[in-house]
Amino acid sequence: MVECLKNENVQIAFGYPGAAICPFLDCLYRSPIRHVLVREEQNAAHEASGYARASGKPGVCIATSGPGATNMITGIATAYMDSVPLIAITGQVSSELLGRDVFQEADITGACEPFTKHSYLVKDAAELPRVFKEAFHIASTGRPGPVLIDVPVDIQASEIPEFIYPQRAEIIGYKPRTQGHAMQIKKALAAIREAKRPILVCGGGVVLAGARDELVAFAEKSGIPVVSTMMGIGVVPMDSRLYLGMIGMHGHQNANRAVGEADLIILCGARVGDRAVSAPEQMAAKAKIIHIDIDPAEIGKNMTAHIPIVGDIRLVLRDFAGQADVSVPQEWIDTVLRYKAEYKPGGEPDNESGFVEPRSFMRSLSAMMEENAILTADVGQNQIWAARNFNVKEGRFLTSGGLGTMGYALPAAIGAKLAKPHRQVLCICGDGSFQMAMCELGTVCQYGVPIKIILMQNDRLGMVREIQDNKFGGRHMLTLLEGNPDFVKLAEAYGIRCALASSNAEAEKLAREMLQSDQAYILVCRVDPDAPTI
Amino acid sequence: MKYTLSVLVENQPGVLSKVSGLFSRRGFNIDSLAVGITEDPAISRITIVVNGDEYIVEQVEKQLNKLIPVIKVKVLEPGRFISCELSLIKVNCNTKQRAEIMKIAELMQAQIVDVATTSLTLRLCDNDERTQTLISLVKPYGIKEIVRAGTLAIEKGAITAKKQPS
Repeated sequence: MVECLKNENVQIAFGYPGAAICPFLDCLYRSPIRHVLVREEQNAAHEASGYARASGKPGVCIATSGPGATNMITGIATAYMDSVPLIAITGQVSSELLGRDVFQEADITGACEPFTKHSYLVKDAAELPRVFKEAFHIASTGRPGPVLIDVPVDIQASEIPEFIYPQRAEIIGYKPRTQGHAMQIKKALAAIREAKRPILVCGGGVVLAGARDELVAFAEKSGIPVVSTMMGIGVVPMDSRLYLGMIGMHGHQNANRAVGEADLIILCGARVGDRAVSAPEQMAAKAKIIHIDIDPAEIGKNMTAHIPIVGDIRLVLRDFAGQADVSVPQEWIDTVLRYKAEYKPGGEPDNESGFVEPRSFMRSLSAMMEENAILTADVGQNQIWAARNFNVKEGRFLTSGGLGTMGYALPAAIGAKLAKPHRQVLCICGDGSFQMAMCELGTVCQYGVPIKIILMQNDRLGMVREIQDNKFGGRHMLTLLEGNPDFVKLAEAYGIRCALASSNAEAEKLAREMLQSDQAYILVCRVDPDAPTI
Repeated sequence: MKYTLSVLVENQPGVLSKVSGLFSRRGFNIDSLAVGITEDPAISRITIVVNGDEYIVEQVEKQLNKLIPVIKVKVLEPGRFISCELSLIKVNCNTKQRAEIMKIAELMQAQIVDVATTSLTLRLCDNDERTQTLISLVKPYGIKEIVRAGTLAIEKGAITAKKQPS
């Protein structure tokens, strides 16, 4: 198994030990592959996810059988929903005891069925090289996703006569289509030429396909305005002229308005999730839809597509660019630019309030960061504050967009920093989500991972609090975090530098200090419990 | 409407649970499902009858195709395939009724595979419509038990699920 990982050029793995994974760990001990000890298995998957997204290579996470494996499920499901390539390796009870409900036995391949792209329960050690080769191939090609390899402890400890790692994976039922159909591309281009009010919707698929340059080139050459979903943030910098922002429930008003008025919507690697498009059929009734996705099952699932194109966005956009003699009517450009000019971002600092105003602080923070900084955001108000106000330029925006898993940002930041040690990695979380993952501060200390954490403390589970205010008569049920610790002291206990800010001026000053430090740093920002999301 | 799908899968453990799990997870309704090996022992065929509209059947087809061990999914064209289903029907039957039921069996081309003093078991291999007819004909005698195998289907002519004729 270790030889397989070496053959796949794996440099790092995130995991937590247990009896049923010990034979494998013992070989890993004697290998050059770095192993990071997490503090809870869910975070092994999140750290591998942060690593995978930052490096572009599959992330590897390891857990033992039973509770180790079941703890990892949320992390695997999070990666599945955001199409992140992961290889999850779990130990399993001895193969002759399978099905007897012995100590720490769980049917993890069965339990993960809905959240994995594929899974293996290996019952013959001779199959391991083929299984690993296939797993890496499946995880990283087509629409990426997590693959689980469950290996009973006796199989880990057994010997095979000869180790030959296959050159290629041969799977008869798996041949992802990458080249867009020429006829469909021709139809799409004709529709683009005819359109009076075209718009490009950029989703997470563009990031996964590494099609950022192609999308920007096509948008610039054709002059078609661009909006993005939350997963597509960072493909086009927020300050680009024809970029209108994020669409959806928590999106920018001007972006939603432009999409609502468009007569042609070009969906690029966007799966039309309900948070991005709340009424897809209304949209499809008003506009012609071109839907480009590598996963044929996404086309037509949530929205009717008039011109479907199955393929790798990068290749399809290259085909587009080669034939894009498109000129977008000036009237439409003027309209969307007017909408953009009319949009005023919410939130102004008030240095007398005793609080940091989060939206304006996100904007000033974003101006301080290096161009290629990696930002991870948790789930809740902090995520929307970051998504709407942080200008991701050459860097990345990593968040749990699909499953919406709280506690993602901190471990994802650790993984991203280990993948890209020379880039700034900033983690934005709320006091709710931070406490779901704060055991990972131990990992931060053990491996000296210099991530910068912005902790927005409002002593509330703010987004649900807001729903309760708006829809449930202000009855705050389970949304008041009254038992919060003193986070500065908590950081001190770990030996991590930490500071507390109660105004934007103070937060900005401390953020500068934080970014200059070569150590991990937590900046706790006191936020008004009533601060709005948008 | 009912759609019949012919699905070729790799013959390996866990495939059936992957396929059936997908149906319950995505809320698709299966009328019947039948599995068996094919002319190639490495490949099994699952014949699925799905109840739904065009959107559902398109989703079923696409989602099935996403499963790695699924090799090919074909939605069979109505009227272009032969289908049949094996049914075993155990009916209450006293000595006086035996001749009547045997007559029904003969009419419906069902076989009598077991006779006892108070029961009689019929075997029918036919399509869904004729199976329903037989069931309704013997219902008045009192049905003790029905065992049905699920629909099998094969395309008419030289076409196969693997290849279109050239």
